[in-house]
Amino acid sequence: MVPLSHVLALSVIIFVIGAAGFVFRKNIITVFMCIELMLNAVNLAFIGFSRYLGNLDGQLFAFFVIVVAAAEAAVGLAIIIALHRNRDSLNIEDLDSMKL
Amino acid sequence: MAVLFYIFAAVTVIAALSVVAQRMPVHSALSLIVVLCSLAVVYLLLGAEFIAVIQVIVYAGAIMVLFVFVIMLLNAGRETPSRRSRIAAWLGAPLVAALLLEVLLAIWKQYPAGALHPAAAMDAGPAAIGHLLFRNYVLPFEVTSILILVAILGAVVLAKKEL
Repeated sequence: MVPLSHVLALSVIIFVIGAAGFVFRKNIITVFMCIELMLNAVNLAFIGFSRYLGNLDGQLFAFFVIVVAAAEAAVGLAIIIALHRNRDSLNIEDLDSMKL
Repeated sequence: MAVLFYIFAAVTVIAALSVVAQRMPVHSALSLIVVLCSLAVVYLLLGAEFIAVIQVIVYAGAIMVLFVFVIMLLNAGRETPSRRSRIAAWLGAPLVAALLLEVLLAIWKQYPAGALHPAAAMDAGPAAIGHLLFRNYVLPFEVTSILILVAILGAVVLAKKEL
C-alpha cells in the first residue's frame, strides 16, 4: 500500500498544475478545464484520507463535489456561450468590462 | 497495487501537464479525459469503487461531452499568445514552483513516511454509500437536488437568445 503522503503529493501536483493553467491560459474554455482539474485534485485528497482513516464520509464528500462540478459545468458553459454570442471572443483578455 | 498506483499517477501528471500545455482546446479536453480516467483507476486502488464508477460515468462521460460539445459549437480554435505583461511571464513559473514546494513540504512535515497506516479495508460498495447518504447526509442530498434544478434553469436562461 502506498503511503498517504504520496497520495497527497499527487493531489497537490495536479492542483498546482490546474492553478498554473488557470493563471497562464487565455482561452476561457481551457481555463474552465483547469478548474475541473483542481476539483479532481481535491477529490483525490478526500478519497485518500477516507481510505487511510477508515471513514466513508470522505467518499461522500467526493460524491458531492462531483455533483456540484456537474452543476457548475452546466452554468459555466452556458455563461461561455452567452459571452461568445455577445463579444464574439473566447479570449479572457477581451472580457474586462468589470475592470476600472 | 503500489506499482499500479505509481504508473497511473505518472499518467495523470503527464496528461494534466498536457491539458495546460496544449494550444487547441479540443486537445486539452482529450487530455482531461485521460486525467479523469486514470484518476478513476487511482480511486479503485484506494478502495473507492463507487466513486471510481461515478467518476467515469459523470465526469468522463457527461461533463466532458458537454465540454467537447461547447468547443465544437463555438468553433474554438488555437489560442493566440498574448504579450501583455512581461512581469507575469517572468514571475509565473517560479511562483508556481514555490507554491508546489511549499505545499509538498507541509505535507511531508505533517505526514512523514509511515506516519499513518491505512485502515482495514472497508466496504465501500453502493449499499454502504447509500446507507450513509440516506441516513447521515439526507439534507445535503436534498439541497443538492435543488442546486441541480437551479443550475438547469440558470443554464436555460443564460443560453437563451436575448440576455
